[in-house]
Amino acid sequence: MTGVRLPHARPYRVGKVSWLVRPRGVAAGLTGLALIAVLVALSLRIGDFPLSLGEIVASLTGTGGNHFVVVELRLPRALTGVLVGAALGLSGAITQSIARNALASPDILGVTSGASVTVVAMIVASGTVYGGASGALAGVGIPVAALAGGLIGAVIVYSLAWRRGLDGYRLVLVGVGVAAVFTNVKYWLMTTGDVNDSSRAMVWISGSLNGRGWEHVTPVAYALVVLVPLCLAGTRVLSALRFGDETATGLGVRLNTARAVLLLGAVLLAAVATAAAGPIAFVALAAPQIALRLAGVAQPPLVVSAVTGAVLTSAADLVARSLFAPVELPVGVVTAVLGAPYLIYLLIRARREARS
Amino acid sequence: MNTRLEAVDIRLGYGDRMIVDGLDLGIESGTITTIIGPNGCGKSTLLRALGRLIKPLGGHVLLDGKRIDRMPSREVARLLGVLPQAPAAPEGLTVADLVARGRHPHQTWYRQWSPGDESAVAEALERTGLLDLADRPLDELSGGQRQRAWISMALAQGTGLLLLDEPTTFLDLAHQIEVLELVDQLHAQAGKTVVMVLHDLNLAARYADRLVAMRDGRVIAAGPPGDVLTEELLAEVFGLNAKIITDPVAGTPLVVPIGTADRG
Repeated sequence: MTGVRLPHARPYRVGKVSWLVRPRGVAAGLTGLALIAVLVALSLRIGDFPLSLGEIVASLTGTGGNHFVVVELRLPRALTGVLVGAALGLSGAITQSIARNALASPDILGVTSGASVTVVAMIVASGTVYGGASGALAGVGIPVAALAGGLIGAVIVYSLAWRRGLDGYRLVLVGVGVAAVFTNVKYWLMTTGDVNDSSRAMVWISGSLNGRGWEHVTPVAYALVVLVPLCLAGTRVLSALRFGDETATGLGVRLNTARAVLLLGAVLLAAVATAAAGPIAFVALAAPQIALRLAGVAQPPLVVSAVTGAVLTSAADLVARSLFAPVELPVGVVTAVLGAPYLIYLLIRARREARS
Repeated sequence: MNTRLEAVDIRLGYGDRMIVDGLDLGIESGTITTIIGPNGCGKSTLLRALGRLIKPLGGHVLLDGKRIDRMPSREVARLLGVLPQAPAAPEGLTVADLVARGRHPHQTWYRQWSPGDESAVAEALERTGLLDLADRPLDELSGGQRQRAWISMALAQGTGLLLLDEPTTFLDLAHQIEVLELVDQLHAQAGKTVVMVLHDLNLAARYADRLVAMRDGRVIAAGPPGDVLTEELLAEVFGLNAKIITDPVAGTPLVVPIGTADRG
């Protein structure tokens, strides 16, 4: 019997163990990792206090340079950007695979809109969250409020979309509806608040990496250590889900369990990312679609999507910091400006496909 | 002969609508069973329940004597392959990609493409005559070739039981014959047990060992095509006034419609 070659993949076998490796995906992932290293190095260099590469290395190894600027200010900000971007990319890849829709993103799971409502409510109600006296509360309180709001939002979307199982299309529709309601609640809350509080809330809503420290890096890192392997374990199930519910069931996938666990993973990733940096727009939407084109596959590849998310977020933050320096834009403004034309492109493409 | 698949007092429906209310059916090993009946009689619903694609509201389905809903879904997938009606494939997928997907229930994250997977896929492609088309995108195939590719995927799954839901829909007559000849070969040469739903009564009679005629969610008659396809049954099940003659090619019953009859 002759062997069969699968396109885009090569098998590697050791004894009873066999792996399928997609060379283009591996190349895309490695290139992305190299880009992340370059972007992090750049973000450690530039700023009010430009440093040379030698000074950065010295600061990092503790042999000189400027320890405070590099290790306490710039490194945690850069790392938060990388981790949050990776979480959003991965979350988006899972959401799009389950919804079977390139326009789906964790936003439709109610995470970002839910988080926005609770954070805005908190800022507006307390008024002094960012005040000097309650600076510590801002550090802890806002991420906790965002996490709680994100999870509540997801539970609402989930329970409204659940009807003897989870249907991708229904999930998207319910998600869009719930997000619209949350967005209006958020704006209503902002109009009731003090002008200064509202503008502070606005900065958070845009999604920003300004002033992120190690207290932001650590929780995101821990969450990723737990969630990434959980989600990667679902890779094979996700590729079977592409074939429609009935075929997937026929292949032995426990549909509802698989979808529920993977969506929970996507929700937690997005919630953790939002808690650390606010709702950074479009990364979760664009990263998986860019990743699948780079890797040359039909479905968002999980690892490459995460890497792409990290590259996008880091690059956008670098632009946000340097474009109007010394004024720093929120990173979410940059991703939104870049993402909006991309969304329009996706919509036009989707319409063209529907017509042909 | 032993019963491989069995519906026991099965009740099926969607929401409040009851489609099948208490039905028993056994599928013998090594046979081709074809379910026929008018639109909406519940034949596809029954096939989907046999393939555990839908959950019965009452009763249960036995696979090799064990309740199918209590078996791990993966284990079921190694015994029974289902080809849904009008299955969907992602765009750009090649034939080899699709057929390889059939190995899913045999694979794990550390055993993604074993030599066994490779030979099962090669065999499935060869049996369906698709080896030369393996690298072609699915969207470039003709309707008949595409349906053969889906059957090939179910074959690669390596199950003794195949459930096919209207495998000939949307195909012209030549392609319908092509697909049914393939099913016949799989039965004769590979010893597969096949259950399928078909609309064309003459083709059903020609390619089945056993016909199951359904109406309003109940089995009206079951047995060899010669016993089941009678003028009385056609009137009762389809409301069709017809003459039955002998198919000059296959010797099976051939339905020649006269007109619609009053039911009951």
